[in-house]
Amino acid sequence: MMNCLLCGVGGQGTVLASRVIAQAAMEQGLFARTAETIGMAQRGGCVVSHVRIGDTASPLIPQGCADILIAFEPGEAVRCLPYLKDDGVVVVNKKAVQPVSGSLTGKRLDGDEMINYLKAKVKKVIVVDGDAICGQCGSPKVLNTALLGAAAGSGVFDMTPGQIKKVLLDRLPQKVHQMNINALELGEKCIETEGMTEK
Amino acid sequence: MKELLMGNEAIAVGAMAAGVRVVSGYPGTPSTEVLETVAKRNNGSVYVEWSVNEKAAMEVAAGAAYAGARAMVTMKQVGLNACSDPLMCVNYVGVKGGLVVLVADDPGPISSQTEQDTRHFGRYARIPVFDPTTPEQAYQMVQDAFELSEQLGTPVILRPTTRICHSCASIDAADSVKSEEAGGHFEKDPRWVIFPKLSYMAKRKLFSRESELSKQLSYYGGNTLTGSGRLGIACGGVSAAYAKDVLKELNADPRVLTVATPYPFPDDPAIDLLKNADRVLCLEELDPVIEDALIHICGREKIKTEILGKRTGHTITAGENSHEILRRQIGEFLGIKVPEAAKQDENAPELAVRPPILCAGCPHRASFYAVKQAMRGKKAVFSGDIGCYTLGNAAPLNTTDTCLCMGAGFTVPQGLERAGDDAIHIGFVGDSTFFHSGITGIINAVYNRTDMIAVVLDNSTTAMTGHQPHPGIGKTMMGDVSRKISIEKVLNALEVTSVRVVDPLDLAAAVEAVKQAAEEKGVRCIVFRSPCIAIVKPAKKMAVKDDCRKCQKCIRELGCPALSLENGRAVIEPSLCTGCGLCAQVCPFDMITEGGVQ
Repeated sequence: MMNCLLCGVGGQGTVLASRVIAQAAMEQGLFARTAETIGMAQRGGCVVSHVRIGDTASPLIPQGCADILIAFEPGEAVRCLPYLKDDGVVVVNKKAVQPVSGSLTGKRLDGDEMINYLKAKVKKVIVVDGDAICGQCGSPKVLNTALLGAAAGSGVFDMTPGQIKKVLLDRLPQKVHQMNINALELGEKCIETEGMTEK
Repeated sequence: MKELLMGNEAIAVGAMAAGVRVVSGYPGTPSTEVLETVAKRNNGSVYVEWSVNEKAAMEVAAGAAYAGARAMVTMKQVGLNACSDPLMCVNYVGVKGGLVVLVADDPGPISSQTEQDTRHFGRYARIPVFDPTTPEQAYQMVQDAFELSEQLGTPVILRPTTRICHSCASIDAADSVKSEEAGGHFEKDPRWVIFPKLSYMAKRKLFSRESELSKQLSYYGGNTLTGSGRLGIACGGVSAAYAKDVLKELNADPRVLTVATPYPFPDDPAIDLLKNADRVLCLEELDPVIEDALIHICGREKIKTEILGKRTGHTITAGENSHEILRRQIGEFLGIKVPEAAKQDENAPELAVRPPILCAGCPHRASFYAVKQAMRGKKAVFSGDIGCYTLGNAAPLNTTDTCLCMGAGFTVPQGLERAGDDAIHIGFVGDSTFFHSGITGIINAVYNRTDMIAVVLDNSTTAMTGHQPHPGIGKTMMGDVSRKISIEKVLNALEVTSVRVVDPLDLAAAVEAVKQAAEEKGVRCIVFRSPCIAIVKPAKKMAVKDDCRKCQKCIRELGCPALSLENGRAVIEPSLCTGCGLCAQVCPFDMITEGGVQ
């Protein structure tokens, strides 16, 4: 049984990423389920996708059972931390998404504060500089691919980055293949460049 | 071949495998992808349409089923209210081809006005209801529903909930569409005309078949009774999946009745459970349907088993169930100690509140802002409707004072005005909602000589549910080009006082249009027309000049997610900005300009 929770803010591409992980597992003959946030909550709200690989009846990951948390936004990673197992891994995008409510009250969400908290609480944290990778690849839309790359490289999944790559490319149009391959590889490298915090 | 299918996709693929020939519906979360998947996988043998509303959809599907075709109509739970008139008649009339009414319920509610339990509708209309526990079961159930519908000559409801509709599973689905003779044939017969005499006979039949059907469904594969001991659990829908996982986790094996057909209720296994258990805990979302059915059986069969659930305060009466909630309830019931649900760490940094909001660049923001500016210093009441634009209620726009149901954006203000409220009454309805049930509201206002301003927020798509076409777009779900129905021509034909078509992103013109309309009497219409940002590519982006005066007007008044404060000055997040330019028109110091072409 492997549980993977993806979280972020509506519009960041969590759904595609969760489908890719589930599909990659299926292609190895495993049973997979996902559950996604679709609808009203997508409009800038918190979104969560559950991916469950193995024998389970229900689609939602129980608290304390996620092997890996892939967070598209550092504040959302903190919010979803109760889902993570004691020895679970967090892959987190560096940049905070400012909430409109914060702009109105003048409070700014501090991404570094969130990441420092994660590092203090979690054994393994992989920080992905999504902005930098998107800049290098030439599109803001490859954030999900970069995070997938980091997750694939973390060794939590029973599948190789190559298997993830194959499924991802199957789902994407030809013209964006190269930029996604680049993002996947740059994501994978985050483990070396940003370092995996291990206590 | 095994495929990763979303519950809604599985239902569509199952319906096609069952030989469905006509599919109609109206978009509504969480049901929308069912019809979309049929359209996407259609090899041309299935007729599929987005109807103008659920009532039209239900009647189209009923007609197809009269002619012997297998038909399916799709909607969300509140949509069923809009078509309860035909449903409460087609149950009496009956069908020849199988008719499946797919209604998605939304516990929470997550994306709906209300929680509503469609299982009641099945009992009310006396037509069978199937309630799947997983997407893979939904795939099988839709096929069983068609079989049962044809066997009985009656419509059948398939009722998934959000966690079935929007979760995916590996499913071994047929990859082909079942091909049959396409041509339906309508045989003239008095049975197709509803009349008191016919209804009298039909009502007797609907009532008397209930116990027979309960016997038949008691042996339906989805209705199961397992386990042993003097304690029992009765469950259905996704709660049955949570219960299964929890019992595995707790290594417990009490008696478990899983109900796949809440109406007619599978009496035989239920009686078996009740006779052998001293206490039964009911686990279900929305209303106590299983619980009430068991209480009813206990009374009828004189069984003294204690039934626990919503009515006894043992389970939640609103909102979704979850693994944690059921673990606590089942643990208490079985006397097994379970871990407490994790709480957010008190020492964690403060988290952002993220309510859903209008997207950056959304033309609705500009429309609401213009109306608000035009009404400054005047007493005005804003009545909203169902769609993305319901989000106009949030700060800082605060332009939705009432919201009720589809179409009410144009009719509630009429009642406010008739009650003697002396404000200027302004109603907002989206383009898809206008065709769904907004037009009747306009006719009502014109006919009854009501004073109001009716605003159509035309973003040229059904945005909230994921961009479905509608009669104003000129495209159908079969991919055909259709006649575009002009909203302004419809309004003019209804003899309203005035019709103004304005681009809301031209702030000065938009404010002026509202001011002019406010000076007139009768039904004054404004069509704010600008496409949804999700269907057009942004041409430019805006940027704030370095010498921003830090007045924060753009931030305080617009609430655009692309705008935020950094050291007191406004900044624009380029990845979110669509270049709508509203902020530039609002800035009193001309500090916001085009920041480069994409």
